[in-house]
Amino acid sequence: MATMAVQIAGSPDDIPLRTKLQRVERRRKLRAVSLVLPLLLFILIAFVLPIGRMIFNAIHDDTLLRLMPRTMAALNAWDGKDLPDETVYAALVGDLKQASAQKTAGAIAKRMNYELPGALSEVMSSARKASALSAGLYKEALIEINPFWGRHDAWSLLKRGRSAYTAFYLLRSVDYQYGPDSQIVTSPPENAIFRDIFLRTLGISIGVTAATLLLGFPVAYLLATLPPRSRNLLMILVVLPFWTSSLMRTIAWVVLLQDRGLVNDTLIALHVISQPAELIFNRVGTIVAMTHIQLPLTLLPIYSVMKTISPSLVRAARSLGAGPFYAFWKVYFPLTLPGIAAGCLLTFILCLGYYITPALVGGPADQMIGSFVAYYTNEDLNWGMASALGAILLSATLLLYYVFNKLVGADPIKVG
Amino acid sequence: MRAYPYDLDRARKKLQSIKRNIVVWSSTSAAGAGASGCTGEGRGSMPGMDNAFVKFSGVQKTYDGETLVVKNLNLDIARGEFLTMLGPSGSGKTTTLMMLAGFEAPTHGSLLLDGHSIDNVPPHKRDIGMVFQNYALFPHMTVEENLAFPLKVRKLGKLEIEARIKRVLDVVRLGAYGKRRPGQLSGGQQQRVALARALIFDPKLVLMDEPLGALDKQLREQMQLEIKHIHEDLGVTVVYVTHDQSEALTMSDRIAVFNEGAIQQLAAPAELYERPRNAFVAQFIGENNRLHGKVVAMNGATCKVEIAGAANVQALAINVEAGRPTVLSLRPERVRLNPMPGSLPNVFSAQIAEVIYLGDHVRIRASVCGQDDFVIKLPNSEGVAQVEPGAAIAIGWKTEDCRALDAQ
Ligand SMILES: Nc1ncnc2c1ncn2[C@@H]1O[C@H](COP(=O)(O)OP(=O)(O)O)[C@@H](O)[C@H]1O
Ligand SMILES: [Mg+2]
Repeated sequence: MATMAVQIAGSPDDIPLRTKLQRVERRRKLRAVSLVLPLLLFILIAFVLPIGRMIFNAIHDDTLLRLMPRTMAALNAWDGKDLPDETVYAALVGDLKQASAQKTAGAIAKRMNYELPGALSEVMSSARKASALSAGLYKEALIEINPFWGRHDAWSLLKRGRSAYTAFYLLRSVDYQYGPDSQIVTSPPENAIFRDIFLRTLGISIGVTAATLLLGFPVAYLLATLPPRSRNLLMILVVLPFWTSSLMRTIAWVVLLQDRGLVNDTLIALHVISQPAELIFNRVGTIVAMTHIQLPLTLLPIYSVMKTISPSLVRAARSLGAGPFYAFWKVYFPLTLPGIAAGCLLTFILCLGYYITPALVGGPADQMIGSFVAYYTNEDLNWGMASALGAILLSATLLLYYVFNKLVGADPIKVG
Repeated sequence: MRAYPYDLDRARKKLQSIKRNIVVWSSTSAAGAGASGCTGEGRGSMPGMDNAFVKFSGVQKTYDGETLVVKNLNLDIARGEFLTMLGPSGSGKTTTLMMLAGFEAPTHGSLLLDGHSIDNVPPHKRDIGMVFQNYALFPHMTVEENLAFPLKVRKLGKLEIEARIKRVLDVVRLGAYGKRRPGQLSGGQQQRVALARALIFDPKLVLMDEPLGALDKQLREQMQLEIKHIHEDLGVTVVYVTHDQSEALTMSDRIAVFNEGAIQQLAAPAELYERPRNAFVAQFIGENNRLHGKVVAMNGATCKVEIAGAANVQALAINVEAGRPTVLSLRPERVRLNPMPGSLPNVFSAQIAEVIYLGDHVRIRASVCGQDDFVIKLPNSEGVAQVEPGAAIAIGWKTEDCRALDAQ
């Protein structure tokens, strides 16, 4: 050790070895970072920020706080028991007048309507009439104009609006909502649709994943065992669907499966059925079309794992006395599990987000959560709901992925 | 063109499927100990071996319908024998082994195991243990599970399985590794597990396809001896494939030298080295000086060969005719330096080009009869010191040490 230290200290330029190493390392790291920087920025701008924004939108809504500042301030003093007192009503009239003048009454009305169906027209008409009110007993006057302002739940809603953060959208996404006294209650049946839709999304995704696995596994096996020339041909057939737009493929299924489509015509001509079977615009059509699109994505990871399994393993099993099926089941199949897991996970997660295909070939009862996100984003312009549904889907996906990784990550196969 | 039609013979009815004989480990070890006694008599292909345990008769194999990968193979293997198939890569060794194991069907001819045709017996009913080159251990199972696999298939009891695993792990000295997975073992340990797995169900026959190919030299040599000893202890019949001649010489009772799908010579190791039957075998087994010449006269068992238009060499006539070109094969260690005049029939002068000192022996490269890659191997004893590069000395050899072979 001592001699080494002497040597280092005595090196010609007198720079310690460690410093030199750090310098070289730093240059290397800089180069590495500069290479990944464009992708990093892209992911940040196109992925992390929007998703962060979405999750934020799911819990953040300051419409009432922003557009009704007086009411919100006055409500601080309200104990939430009976109706608020005169000062609060005075503040409300002030806010309504301002809203009417600045044309923001619509936004307020819409926001309140989310939580209290029917509030839209009440608030709009009140805003219009409020401008006629002059000083006096605002409380009675307002309730006179519109009994809506005598409702306790309307005031609970406004009191909740004092915070820029709300759990309303998230609660609504899992079929809960605020009751008249701001307590959490289950949604009434006409609003309680989202649990079903999440379950439906889950069910369709599991169904499609299972279908792609059942169809894809034998093909992957064939691909992995064929001689190279025929393998290439089959491989082209497998990835061919990738080269067509998924919209085109979906529409092709409409052509095939509709009432007077190819499949029904053939079956009727063969006298298998007398009436056209309902093959499209229902669950069958949805699963068929989605399976078709997802098949290569399940198949390819399985194939790539199968290709690495040495044929001598099955031969070894056979030579040890195992029949063809036993050798396959005990030796080959367990080794394909990582591929099956990867392929199924990929397909399953992609299925969770399907939107166009169910919209085109499914019935009303086959729409998945993606359709509702699209509806709230594009038509209802309810970004809070869209974000909340999206956030729940995202967390469910991450949770599934985590559980999956726990299960597969601990798998002994990886050690081998 | 399909020159070799399928043999109708293969359609003949299956005589009897192979009975699974599951014998307790120790009982075979005791019974088989004396069975490996056919070592010395390996001359030719033993056409009349009555008790042949494995019999290839007229076996041919083609994959593409054009070239024969195995050409008319006739081979008898005795019970308890250690037979090695030795040959360069692509000579059809693996194919032959795969036909015996049942993974490839012969295009023609038939195979007998223990007196019964196995042409229609699927691999898992042949009761043949097999060790693959890459070991083919099941990566998702522990060592014990790997070893239990053939026993579970045979529906042995739990206690019996455990007892056998323990015994076989002791045989291959891996007692402490039963719970590990193959990925956690070194190459040599994996190799021993593969060996144990091929032996644990007491197969009548064990096939090994270049099992030591992936190991380093030292481990390979150690494993050669281990396999040899296990073979001797258990008395199991082994068919071993390798392209390494020293491995074949070390382990085998008999060696079948393969080239281009045909057996070139089938003999015991010493016989192969001492008396190669053709130029390929002489070249493939051990080191060998090749002198190209022409047979000028036959004289019973010997012949006179003219080299480079001048020198006349007396050689053993193996497969040559008068007037035909020949290759003389001469082992480097059979060359004498400065022979006593008149003591040897073949004496020539050699121009020494290079002397390489290798500790126990010295290699000399010299120019002899116009051929400058002539090698002489001398044990490191007194005379060596006098040999200097550039010097011209007299060398000589006996007629019996020089074999006139076909010029291929
Ligand atoms: N499955 C196969 N299909 C086609 N040709 C093969 C196959 N297996 C081996 N061959 C060919 O047969 C010849 C002999 O191969 P092989 O028996 O593996 O030789 P070795 O084991 O002596 O190296 C080689 O030319 C090889 O290319
Ligand atoms: Mg081979």
